Amino acid sequence: MRDKRMTADEAVSEIKDGMTVGIGGWGSRRKPMALVKAILRSGLKDLTVVTYGGPDVGLLCAAGKVRKLVYGFVSLDTIPYDPWFKRARETGAIEVLELDEGMLQTGLRAAGHRLPFLPIRAGLGSDVLKYAPQIKTVRSPYDDGEELVAMPALKLDVALVHLNRADRHGNAQYLGPDPYFDDLFCLAADRRYVSCEQIVETFDGPPQTLLLNRMMVDGVVEAPGGAGFTSCVPDYPRDEALQREYAEAAADLEKWADFEKRLLA
Amino acid sequence: MSDITGAEICVTACADLFAGAGETLASPMGLIPSLGAKLARLTTEPDLLLSDGEAFLLTPESTVEGWLPYRKVFDVVAHGRRHVVMGANQVDRFGNQNISAIGDHARPTRQLLGFRGAPGNTINHRTSYWVPRHSPRVLVEAVDVVSGVGYDRAVGPFHDVHRVVTNLAVLDFATPDHSMRLVSTHPGVSVDEVRKQTSFPLHVDDVTETRLPTDEELKLIRTVLDPDAKRDREVPS
Repeated sequence: MRDKRMTADEAVSEIKDGMTVGIGGWGSRRKPMALVKAILRSGLKDLTVVTYGGPDVGLLCAAGKVRKLVYGFVSLDTIPYDPWFKRARETGAIEVLELDEGMLQTGLRAAGHRLPFLPIRAGLGSDVLKYAPQIKTVRSPYDDGEELVAMPALKLDVALVHLNRADRHGNAQYLGPDPYFDDLFCLAADRRYVSCEQIVETFDGPPQTLLLNRMMVDGVVEAPGGAGFTSCVPDYPRDEALQREYAEAAADLEKWADFEKRLLA
Repeated sequence: MSDITGAEICVTACADLFAGAGETLASPMGLIPSLGAKLARLTTEPDLLLSDGEAFLLTPESTVEGWLPYRKVFDVVAHGRRHVVMGANQVDRFGNQNISAIGDHARPTRQLLGFRGAPGNTINHRTSYWVPRHSPRVLVEAVDVVSGVGYDRAVGPFHDVHRVVTNLAVLDFATPDHSMRLVSTHPGVSVDEVRKQTSFPLHVDDVTETRLPTDEELKLIRTVLDPDAKRDREVPS
């Protein structure tokens, strides 16, 4: 079996300018921050980022890496709003496709299933479709004739996710309470990179926690603490103090350069 | 029991949202709706299902009785056995809600959370709103961005916006055109005050006074559910 171990910089070197990058986790939870930091250190630009957004979005916006953002929300959980995301939106710095959370999942699933779209009710009647006129509706061909949203596949060039454990071949395990949508991100992407707290020879715990198998993964990065300052339970909770520092620096540009330097050091 | 606070009245008003819900997932956002859902479960609605806000369903004794990560919450949203109580940066007379952005969505004056699950919630199952500061800036003639779908834009078989609970009043949409109706004002709040704090005309026939918590409810709120009185920070007395 193939040994897929690599460094974060090697994984990120596979990404090209203008690509669509899906980022796993949820809000400020189990974000692949080591891989995100590798993007910040790189010369990459013009990315389309698809995610249930947390500080990954703010950091990438701060570094000018994002051309377009596809999201259901951006939040730091214990801090409702990410200041960098707010600034990017309020200055018109990024193009957006803002979706209902379920539509985002459905778009990833359609991509993973190699379908052009999947139907969903979410979006009907709301302004999601007003701001995204490229998203069409479809009528049920059955007797009900109901009109539904035809959520288009959200195809990703690259997926970046962080799990608790992985082996060198790309099988990977979550040990916290929620898998989030990391498996869907990997199924929707052409190239899939998982960072993990620890690379193991064999897995402990119930096999149902093995969220990713090696067909779904192209590269494995051992990155202890690699989700910080977001949470990666049970290995560690969110570093609330560091998250507060991030939010304060993000809200005050005079503090930002110094904070970013320390974060990337 | 005496000295009943505004926060406690809001908690019982939120508990009453779940009357008759039975085996339904209650998804309250914010402290006061959460206390309301827990109170309902301990009193009139013992069959209610409650999440810890992460991935577990918990009994009132905090025993895990189920696993509900976000992907399964989305299944429940589509399945429909859920009553969500969302916040609202803006809500209008037909129950359209905005948690996305203030101003022009292309370049907002104030970016908020995003659509989150509001479009899917409102098109799939019962939805109520909690407004801790009832003001003309929140209860607006028209929302800037429609996140949650109101009655004038409702489509499909499952749209059901139930009530709006605020720090001043309880409101619903039980009118011929489904525009907002004042159901009850909280003790000490006048109908005129609610009108003054609302940007659009309200239906106001048969307005009652929001009920007071019972002694049992007060005891549960004060000693079991919120002994540190965090509720007073959400609705100061």
